Amino acid sequence: MSEIAVRCEGLMKSFAEAGALNGLSLDVVKGEILALIGPSGCGKTTLLRQITGVSKPDAGSIEVGGRVMVSPEKFVPPEFRRVGMVFQNYALFPHLNVAANIAYGLHGADRGDQVSAMLQLVGLSGYADRMPNELSGGEQQRVALARAMGPRPDVLLLDEPFSNLDSGQRVHVRNEVRAILRMSGATAIFVTHHQEEALFMGDRIAVQHQGSIQQVGNPGDVFGNPATRFVATFMGETDFLPGEVTTEGVQTEIGLLQSTHPVKVGDQVEVAVRADDVRIAPDPTSGAIVLTREYRGMVNVYRVRLPSGRFIHSLQRHTVRIAPATPVRVLMDPGHELACFINSN
Amino acid sequence: MNYLATERLASKLFQRVNVWKLMIWCASALVALMLMLPVVYLFVRASETGDAIWDILFSLRTARVLLRTVYLATSVTLGSALLAVPIAWLTVRSDLPMRRLWTILTTLPLVVPSYVGAYLFISVLGPRGILQQWLEPLGVQTLPKLYGFPGAFVVLTLLSYPYILTTTRAALMRMNPALEEASRNLGNGPWSTFWRVTLPQLRPGLAAGGLLVALYVLRDFGAVSFMRYSTFTRVIYIQYQSSFDRTGAAVLALVLILLTLFVLLIEIRTRGRAKYYGGHVGAVGNPMEIQLGHWRWPSLLFCAIVVILALVLPASILVYWFLRGISVTMTFPSLWLSAWNSVVASGLASGLVLMAAVPVAWLSVRQKGRFAMLLERISYSAFALPGIVVALALVFFGANYANPIYQTVYLLLFGYLIMFLPQAVGALRTSFLQISPSIEQAARTLGKNPLNVFRTITVPVSWPGIAAGFALVFLTVMKELPITLILGPLGFSTLATSVWSAVEEAMFGAAAAPALLLILLSSVPMALFALREEV
Repeated sequence: MSEIAVRCEGLMKSFAEAGALNGLSLDVVKGEILALIGPSGCGKTTLLRQITGVSKPDAGSIEVGGRVMVSPEKFVPPEFRRVGMVFQNYALFPHLNVAANIAYGLHGADRGDQVSAMLQLVGLSGYADRMPNELSGGEQQRVALARAMGPRPDVLLLDEPFSNLDSGQRVHVRNEVRAILRMSGATAIFVTHHQEEALFMGDRIAVQHQGSIQQVGNPGDVFGNPATRFVATFMGETDFLPGEVTTEGVQTEIGLLQSTHPVKVGDQVEVAVRADDVRIAPDPTSGAIVLTREYRGMVNVYRVRLPSGRFIHSLQRHTVRIAPATPVRVLMDPGHELACFINSN
Repeated sequence: MNYLATERLASKLFQRVNVWKLMIWCASALVALMLMLPVVYLFVRASETGDAIWDILFSLRTARVLLRTVYLATSVTLGSALLAVPIAWLTVRSDLPMRRLWTILTTLPLVVPSYVGAYLFISVLGPRGILQQWLEPLGVQTLPKLYGFPGAFVVLTLLSYPYILTTTRAALMRMNPALEEASRNLGNGPWSTFWRVTLPQLRPGLAAGGLLVALYVLRDFGAVSFMRYSTFTRVIYIQYQSSFDRTGAAVLALVLILLTLFVLLIEIRTRGRAKYYGGHVGAVGNPMEIQLGHWRWPSLLFCAIVVILALVLPASILVYWFLRGISVTMTFPSLWLSAWNSVVASGLASGLVLMAAVPVAWLSVRQKGRFAMLLERISYSAFALPGIVVALALVFFGANYANPIYQTVYLLLFGYLIMFLPQAVGALRTSFLQISPSIEQAARTLGKNPLNVFRTITVPVSWPGIAAGFALVFLTVMKELPITLILGPLGFSTLATSVWSAVEEAMFGAAAAPALLLILLSSVPMALFALREEV
């Protein structure tokens, strides 16, 4: 059994507006990168604030590295928690140079050596004397990372660390950060609202919604086998097709679909259909019709109206060209089973 | 290592209550109580009179003082607006030559304390003043009357219009130029655009500046005293000095507080709205520069007249008296002693004020909730306290309850503390606001306790703001008159009180040296402030 680095249980934190925690529980395994994803206002940052200790939950408990940080009887202030944090705006101390920023959390006579080691780790060896305002966004990011990792925290929290970078830098920096985290073997919770980023960064992914965790699992699982309707919507562009469960599969208006989820024959369900699973081909006899085509560079996304009046999206390579108003046949070609949810309507 | 032991102790303490926060709350509450002391004490004092309080309140005399005060404040505010708005527009939006120079010159009158301005005007235009001495050979026996309303109005307007100028300039610079461009595209000329688009946009800034001027007038003691115009501050001072029964002064002081509080409340409300007007979305282009054409020379003349009246003339007269004073009688040792007293008292006061302001400012920036807001309100509403009122309250208080510090420098410092705390809180707030909370949180997660974080992060990062706040308080304390006059120990003379006593005895030459020194000491940093704001 792998060791647990962070354990949150039944965390409650109420706010008048968004960002509340609603009985949230979450375990982070030692040495893993857990990508925490959810829409803005779901309480991701609130959760991080409880773990670092700058905020105190109304109820619940938190353990870090096997030590109880928060419980009904105990509250450990941030400076004793051994929790590192990389802030969205980096929060570098503007009056200290790079070396002094990194040394801030370090103790002992070998502080200088530790600083150089950290600088080397993040690839900024020649930058010790620079001031934060003389660094690029990506460099500030790496200094923030080095500063947070310097004291060897039991867990490192990264709060949307790439959101201040432009899209070109982003891919580059996130590759670097992932490599640095791997190399040091650190345990990390990485917060983002980008599906792609979560899928790339996380050993496991936790999807948070309305103050609680909806699903935790490896990226393939969470993407391919969403536990709730919300996860299905949030992790990819998903349409929901109503259907009825039969002995052979789920009968929908575009045909028989196979589903992973345990359902009984006769249940009314909705099948989660992703745009990349939907094929379309011109067919003058079909009742489905292409409404619009959205260019996205390498691919096109077609919006199709089914005979029932429902809409479905189909993702096609840019070489496939179908004009709007063309009647099309809609085929499901997933090559895998689809998630489906009991229709609540 | 006793790391674990410390952690256990800390977590035990925190489990019940956050000790650091509690410490800050207590300190802030103490400061708030100090701020309320004068008002509370005046209430107690006034209520001791029993029914006589109503006789004083509703007497014809009180009504007259009230009317005079309101009349003066309104006139000065309107007069200031008439000077300030054209200058603001000309220096921000038009192609007036040497705009930067005019900006600095028209802002500079702020450095002249009102009693110095009044003294210079009296020394020229008053009975037996310079002008009359020059005109006497020509057969002119009397000049138009200066004392009373005309003198007070002219001096206060010329010295306080920069408040409106500054806020209006800021509003003009903040304004979305697209609005004016849209108006021009819709077929309105520059003039009609100014009336229909620009001026309505300026209203919040104008109101904010106007209320500052009104507050300035209500709190002014020096100019109205020298000009012998009996507004509240003057009447309170005279009553305090002359009568045995000082409760009359206490009642009047309370009325004055109500009046200033009323103006302050309006100011707070317009400030909120001004923020709302200020915001605009999207990229801001450079605003059009309006071509003055043949309005150029009249515009230049207007700016020049204002600068001559408010700056050049007073400065020349001051230098004239200074040179004359040197040649006649001059006691430099006492001048240096006064200057030394001014600097030491101001330095001590500023340090004290800033330290007291730290917890209040920090709480109001970092904490939400009703109590934090209340604290900030209290500290801000202390702006409504005129110096004469603070002085009077502390004299009562000191004589009755704090005899050991009565007539000592400590009571004087306490007076300064109450008077200038709002200013310091304001300055600190601005610089604390610029520190992102995540920087302090980062330091916490790196293993530092709040006090440590404050020392190693908050203070060094906000250092420029703290230094500016210190300078600001230092300069205003140095120019302060009524508190110094009333609470200063016997025989304690500063530059401000030296000017006061010399003018009281009509020794205009003797007043020049301390006045000049006072202005020089305060104008250099002021000019630097103005320049920095320009960037």
